[in-house]
Amino acid sequence: MSRNESPIKKLRSTAALRDLMADYYHELDEAAGSGPAKVAWCNSVGPAELLRALGFKVYFPENHGAMLGATRMATDLIPAANALGYSPEICSYLTSDIGSYVSRTTPLTRAYGLASVPTPDVLVYNTNQCRDVQDWFAFYKRELGIPMIGIETPRSLSRITPDIVEDLAAQHRALVPELERIAGASLDPDRLRAVTASSFRCTELWREVLRTACCRPAPLTYFDATIQMGPAVVLRGDERAERYYEALLEELRERMQEGVGAVDDERHRFYWEGMPVWGKLREHAEQFASLNACVVASTYCNSWIFEALADYDPFTGMARAYSELFIVRSEAYKQHYLETMARDYAIDGFIFHNAKTCPNNSNCNYGMHVRLSKKLDIPHIVIDGDLNDLRLYSEEQTRTQIEALVEQLEGIM
Amino acid sequence: MPSPGSKSAGPGRESSSAKLFCGVDLGASAAKLVLLDEEHTVRATVVKPSGVDYAATARACLAEALESLGADDLRPARTVSTGYGRRNVEYADASATEIHCHGIGCYHHLGHAMTIVDIGGQDNKIIRLGADGKRVGFRMNRKCAAGTGAFIEEIALRLGLPLDQMEGLAREAPTAVKLSSFCTVFAKTEILSHLRDGVPVSAIVRGAFRSVVVRVMEMDPLDGNVVLSGGVVAHNPTIADILEAELGRPVEIAPDPQLTGALGAALVAAGNQATTHLPSDRVTR
Repeated sequence: MSRNESPIKKLRSTAALRDLMADYYHELDEAAGSGPAKVAWCNSVGPAELLRALGFKVYFPENHGAMLGATRMATDLIPAANALGYSPEICSYLTSDIGSYVSRTTPLTRAYGLASVPTPDVLVYNTNQCRDVQDWFAFYKRELGIPMIGIETPRSLSRITPDIVEDLAAQHRALVPELERIAGASLDPDRLRAVTASSFRCTELWREVLRTACCRPAPLTYFDATIQMGPAVVLRGDERAERYYEALLEELRERMQEGVGAVDDERHRFYWEGMPVWGKLREHAEQFASLNACVVASTYCNSWIFEALADYDPFTGMARAYSELFIVRSEAYKQHYLETMARDYAIDGFIFHNAKTCPNNSNCNYGMHVRLSKKLDIPHIVIDGDLNDLRLYSEEQTRTQIEALVEQLEGIM
Repeated sequence: MPSPGSKSAGPGRESSSAKLFCGVDLGASAAKLVLLDEEHTVRATVVKPSGVDYAATARACLAEALESLGADDLRPARTVSTGYGRRNVEYADASATEIHCHGIGCYHHLGHAMTIVDIGGQDNKIIRLGADGKRVGFRMNRKCAAGTGAFIEEIALRLGLPLDQMEGLAREAPTAVKLSSFCTVFAKTEILSHLRDGVPVSAIVRGAFRSVVVRVMEMDPLDGNVVLSGGVVAHNPTIADILEAELGRPVEIAPDPQLTGALGAALVAAGNQATTHLPSDRVTR
């Protein structure tokens, strides 16, 4: 392989993914323009099923945030939000998205030809991940005069008790009248059940996709998965997401049958804990591949698996699904989860990304990385960086740490 | 904090049939080169400021080392590069991380289990080796120059002192001020208030050294035999005294601590340790 040739193996399904995402954004654009459908903005693990069942086209600002990061527009846009009083130390999805709004620029223009992000008719949040989503949406509520409603989920949960589920289900139900008013339609319980069932099937397929990486060699890397997760985030509850994952799964199973790994000569398997560094996704993918190392699993990509959506009652299902998430849970739960994942995926090392502006997605600040390494006898490194703000990331330190970890596993000292 | 110049450990002109192995540690502040012969005896060493053209500096280091041996026409049988600029060493056959090379260099000298503290110009590493020399773990500092050589350089600049006077002042100081800020810029502001209060400059310099030690101790527990390596300690050994006082037990300084990484790279080149042959790191030739 020459120096200029990328070691990344492309998945052929990605062509269909591009089309699907383009359709999704064009539909949103149409709805925000002259189309009959209303547009709801929703956080990535918010009540998308409820919104979709009411006929809303659902836009996820976090997906836009990830695009701002991946296109490296974020670092230039964040200062515009800082100037409005949004600290450089809070969520850089929030600051880059608000920076994008005030600068009147968006990566959706280049990617899908949209002049601007689709204007919302309602903003719907769930605080299960963090408080920042609420503050983020509140900016647009003030700016655009759009109604904002949401769900407030308790955090650091050890157990999801019946009273928590009841309360959250009630909060979901309480959204309905306002959403019906804005949508100009009544909620059809059968439609909600159908959307939720589709969302659950999407979850099952997405989980199967990720579980293919238990295989050695893994047919899929974490870096592939961060791209492939698009439909699970923005189109769950839409049957097109199911169709996409069926095709992707078939392709991955072909790789498994043929013994084709996503990384040539896979010698080391890693777990990525924390957010991606979106602006360095390609560089990271290439570095690991060139070291014959595969990042086979991550907390992040597994966060869009919602088993509880199988519940017969969609409100109970959403209440449970959106509170069972890793990010909502206690430290002890998280450590147990990571131990299980390390064993299931037979990993040789942990990469902890300490994302400066996303403490809730950084699990190396309370000693968990040290405890896990000791308990499992698996080494780890901590990368200091950020999801979007590349001013907080040190390229050379990161590269050196990754290489040194591989050197250590190669046992050359 | 480099000390310019080169030295040859062996007398006379090298024969044209001599086999030399080269290690180049192209660090953020200083470039270090070690030439070994087949018996792993150091034949020549060079230390230069890394400058702005890393490739040119690497070439100059080799030329100077060979010239010191009277062997301008000789080429090393194999070269391994390390350090931040490792990808800029055009004549390297392979490269390895400085974490790898400092471990090998220190183990070559000392031959026992140890916790290496490498304080560099721009970053710090803590490297744990088992009794057999195998690495069992490592840590790098966060994305911050506090606790590195860059911190001492900044403080020297603020105090208007030449870098080479810092060690003498720190050694003589009977006391040290406490610099509590994590941030180099804020630490400089703290220094301003100490100066305003009439605190002796030597106490501020010793306080800066102590700050480096505290930042290092925050990185990882320093258990077992602690060995210091890297250019900062080479030029400022009082840091070792302060670390000893903080830990309450002796620490060692690796012989020629500034050269430990380059020595490790040369040993790798000589084949006593395999390199990873990292494809991502191969130099375009």
